[in-house]
Amino acid sequence: MTVQNDNLTIAGKTFTSRFLLGTGKFSSKTALAESIAASNAEIVTVALRRIDIDQHEENIIQYIPKNVTLLVNTSGARNAQEALRIARLARESGCGNWIKVEVINDSKYLLPDNAETVKATELLVKEGFIVLPYMSPDLYIARELVAAGAATVMPLGSPIGSNKGLKTKELIQILINEIDIPIIVDAGLGAPSQAAEAMEMGADAVLVNTAVATAGNPQLIAQAFAEAVKAGRLAYLSGLPSEKICAEASSPLTGFLYE
Amino acid sequence: MFRYLKLRNKKMNVTLNGKPKDISDRTTLETIIRGHCQSPEHVVAELNGSIIGRSFWESTTLKENDRLELVSFVGGG
Repeated sequence: MTVQNDNLTIAGKTFTSRFLLGTGKFSSKTALAESIAASNAEIVTVALRRIDIDQHEENIIQYIPKNVTLLVNTSGARNAQEALRIARLARESGCGNWIKVEVINDSKYLLPDNAETVKATELLVKEGFIVLPYMSPDLYIARELVAAGAATVMPLGSPIGSNKGLKTKELIQILINEIDIPIIVDAGLGAPSQAAEAMEMGADAVLVNTAVATAGNPQLIAQAFAEAVKAGRLAYLSGLPSEKICAEASSPLTGFLYE
Repeated sequence: MFRYLKLRNKKMNVTLNGKPKDISDRTTLETIIRGHCQSPEHVVAELNGSIIGRSFWESTTLKENDRLELVSFVGGG
């Protein structure tokens, strides 16, 4: 059985895949290209950096299929103004106007600065960007991001690259229940089971980078994540039964041969 | 003629991606980018804090002490 028309819509654009892939930390561009193909991701993230003028580097864009939506992050930004500068540069490259706002001041935990993220989202939406802000899961901040015109909210499961999974599960659940724009769980998912868990909860999509890029076989785990996201989504749509404290027999409760 | 050549060969200093660099006088942005970037099609140029659109690279000439930033895409999450 397949579920018809269960698409993810962000800013009016429709996607069949609910798995977003990051492109950092891959050991080679070939591994990246193979992982994108295996993941069926229709949105991938990239970052913007100074060109190393002493060294010829390969252009990452040529390894990303043309039909994939590029989501440029503002990594490196420490405040809203820096995020705005990066976003303007990204748009000038001709690769679209989708921006993942990422404002980080803390290099130990890489936690997003929620207040500056709201400011950046306000500024960027006013300039016509499609804004997907990375945030620490907080209901009030999520509401402010919605009011600012964010296309999604992207709460972290645990710190970037930590592979710890859904440590913020309860807070993300509140966002899923209360926020009407898509919730994309971003950061910290280290295994396909954790991605499935997020989808079972009702997250609209997940974004993974480190767990794919640093696996022994990135292509294989990319496929595993894609299938886990699908499985989790189907489970969510099925209407998962709730947990119970006591047992509830699956077999008839009458005795085998005796009353 | 000698005087003309001398003028043509004059060097000046600019800051390219945070590093000091001596370049020939009257070098255009287009020349700098073609000379330093393997894939200029995805390069964005910011000159003294202002983005210079691709269509202006040819007509933009660098000046002494200009600060030029050339950025492009890398892997990121």
